[in-house]
Amino acid sequence: MSSYHVPRRQFLAGLGAAGSGLVTPLGARAKGRQTAPAAPLLPPLEFELHITRRTMHIAGQHGVGYCVNGHMPGPLLRWQEGREVVIHVYNHMDEPTALHWHGVRLPSAQDGVPGLSFAGIPPRGRYTYRFPVQQSGTYWYHSHMGHQESAGLYGALIIEPAGASPLPKAERDYTILLSDWSDVSAAQIVDNLKMQDDYYNFRQRSIASLPQESRAAGGLGAALKSRLQWSHMRMSATDISDVSGVLYRYLMNGKPAQEGWSGLFTPGERICLRVINAAAMTLFDVRIPGLTMQLVEADGNPVVPVNLDEFRIGPGETYAVLLTPQEGKPYTIFAQSEDRTGYARGTLTPHEGLLGPLPAMDPRPVRGVVDMGMAMPMKNGAAKMAMPPTIARAPADEIDDPGPPPVNVENQNVAAHPIERVTSPGDGLEGLGRRVLAYSDLIALRPPPDQRPPSREIILHLTGNMERYIWGFNGRKYSESGPIHLAYGERVRFTIINDTMMEHPLHLHGLWSELETGADDQHRPLKHTVISQPGSRMSVLVTADIRGVWAYHCHLMYHMQTGMFREVVVS
Amino acid sequence: MKHITMIGAALVVGLAVTPLHAEDMGDMDMSGMDMSGMDMSGMDMADMTMPAKKPNPKALPQQGPQQDKTQAAPLAPVKKTPRLVHKAVDAPGEPVVDIGHHLQGMDQGRWFHGVLDEFEGRYQAGGRSSLRWDGEAWYGGDYNRLWLKTEGTMTKGRVRDGDQELLYSRAISTYFNLQGGVRLDLDSGPTRAWGAVGIEGLALYQFEVQATGYFSDRGVAGRFEGSYDILLTNRLILQPQVELNLYSRADKQRRIGSGLADIDTGLRLRYELWRKMAPYVAVTYDSPLTQGRHMARRRGDKASEARFTFGIRSWF
Repeated sequence: MSSYHVPRRQFLAGLGAAGSGLVTPLGARAKGRQTAPAAPLLPPLEFELHITRRTMHIAGQHGVGYCVNGHMPGPLLRWQEGREVVIHVYNHMDEPTALHWHGVRLPSAQDGVPGLSFAGIPPRGRYTYRFPVQQSGTYWYHSHMGHQESAGLYGALIIEPAGASPLPKAERDYTILLSDWSDVSAAQIVDNLKMQDDYYNFRQRSIASLPQESRAAGGLGAALKSRLQWSHMRMSATDISDVSGVLYRYLMNGKPAQEGWSGLFTPGERICLRVINAAAMTLFDVRIPGLTMQLVEADGNPVVPVNLDEFRIGPGETYAVLLTPQEGKPYTIFAQSEDRTGYARGTLTPHEGLLGPLPAMDPRPVRGVVDMGMAMPMKNGAAKMAMPPTIARAPADEIDDPGPPPVNVENQNVAAHPIERVTSPGDGLEGLGRRVLAYSDLIALRPPPDQRPPSREIILHLTGNMERYIWGFNGRKYSESGPIHLAYGERVRFTIINDTMMEHPLHLHGLWSELETGADDQHRPLKHTVISQPGSRMSVLVTADIRGVWAYHCHLMYHMQTGMFREVVVS
Repeated sequence: MKHITMIGAALVVGLAVTPLHAEDMGDMDMSGMDMSGMDMSGMDMADMTMPAKKPNPKALPQQGPQQDKTQAAPLAPVKKTPRLVHKAVDAPGEPVVDIGHHLQGMDQGRWFHGVLDEFEGRYQAGGRSSLRWDGEAWYGGDYNRLWLKTEGTMTKGRVRDGDQELLYSRAISTYFNLQGGVRLDLDSGPTRAWGAVGIEGLALYQFEVQATGYFSDRGVAGRFEGSYDILLTNRLILQPQVELNLYSRADKQRRIGSGLADIDTGLRLRYELWRKMAPYVAVTYDSPLTQGRHMARRRGDKASEARFTFGIRSWF
């Protein structure tokens, strides 16, 4: 690949420009939300992307990485709502590839899932994507082919609104793309997990950790009882992330924590941080000690601003936050992995070269009865556990309930009492004394476009067998399932019951997932990726408004590749 | 046929790039819809056409939400009882819609792994010293695998307990595999062949167990193996392990007694340098039992010994 040169015809800002891009709304297209692409007033935005593969050197490790136009992460793409985009993708590799535009609403043939939407981009081949852009906000793109996304084939995507920006004006606009990186190939990681599911977990309960646990549990008896309970279930309370910081280097805009990414500001300026989680297997908890973050956008859609100290972001999700640092000192953007085995870091600094203080990592979460789906409504134990919320939902005409999933080769557990967890920020984030985002804090700024009640409710169970490392829905992996059929125009509710003991960021391609958080019809947030918490019951409303075949899957790459994947056919 | 229609639909969507909201629901082509997976019999068709009943058919998504504000009346509390069905919307039957070949087999990987649980020297001052190995390798997917198991003890150049098995393994439950195949006693003694059927897996409280029955014209035999990992720390692991053999008939040439024939047990303390490589020290004990013990005594063998052992556990 060394002979390859980036051609002149470039409409892209490179990676370096990621931070300095300006939001320039196109005034002329103020009414562009309803534009039909048939008669565009402006010429299409054209991009050339060249995909290559080479050895990367990151934090002293050497591994194979994928580049877009020579960079990993790929360049930030800026699109404009109401315009057509034409993207020429050149595959310079000896393997096929495919780019997927995560969260973008487009004809299904342009969605970039090889095998579902198209046949992929063959080795040395070329493919041109072409579709109208009908939304705005922060998104990202990544390969949907094999293990390429796990090895760096991703980049940020920002779509400027056609009209006035729904977000408050900010003097600076920075993109923070978080990811996980290893010098061990993704295929090797899956191989290891298939042989030993706790291969990367070096924080299991041991004899050495017993005194500490006893103190935490309030006695040796209680600690031993908990251990027996877990060992009886043949599961692990310490299984937080399947792949941990033992292996991963956590990156912010491609830079490991030692190096760190940095962005400049002048005190008093308002900064917009667009945070994207492009990691293969890592949920990040993001905070900036000393600064309040005002969350204004979730998965590309504006929300009523909410002040926060911290938020959890699952693979596939995007959030935009506003900050106004008043002091002329460096601030650390701290993104610790959910299992607290590592972090990505960056610095917002008034002068080049300064580093902010590095906070200590929080205690790692430990799974409990709630995660097992056994949060029995207790009569007098109310003090121990806050009552889960009840969420009012418009009833559907029909409920398709497959019943509790079978306990079989592919499923280990049935959540006997799944609870609503949209008001919880998630395992390890409760009781820290910080304001941490819960999904119920997301209140849509614009009413969702379809306000019909659902005609059909589809219950799906998230299942898996950690021991055999098989994942799926309803106790079946993808290859043993049929497609989920939706009628075009139909409005359905997907009720997701998580019978596993892990978070699963579920991504539905092409169609919005309107999260039922308890907010009224006008304020339910639209998302493209939704974290289902362990032992939880959650629902999203989906309007099947684009025909075609769509992927619906867990965005933890190795869960997806071992079966937690479905096809949704809208016809 | 259904698939062709659907692929066609997907292609049309892709090629025409028409704004979908421009299509009226009334024009919906039901012929192309795959209804076979749905139970239409009791379904109220009014639901299907509901969007068309809306005063403004454009009020489908992709529209400016500003538009919707005008007609966004809060949802009146609807009194209805949902009809419960148990179709499991993703149930197999309908093949997946695949227009390329890349997704097929995504979750049907084949794996090849081997583990050498015991590869050790057993020492005793003034006594016999031996080299012992016990390992297994498998190839296959989530359900079907081919296993090769091997174990043996070499003492003074002679191999005893040489046990080689080739098994087909089928996952039958969350933690257990059913295994069947052949066992060959291949060592310095006379060769024996057995048929083998057994189970292997993770028992309650995370005990690793294997129980196998063997049969041949020499009668039946059985073997039970079990081990348990006690994590002292995350890398320092204490593992008690036991193997018991039973035979219905004695085999003097192989120095095997009938009944509970022998035991091989050990307490191993290993340190995982990395997951796949762990040196260990151990105390091991092996002995013939019942009739086998008498046979050994008659031969004048000092067959039962606790020995200091060290070795390496490794896997790939």
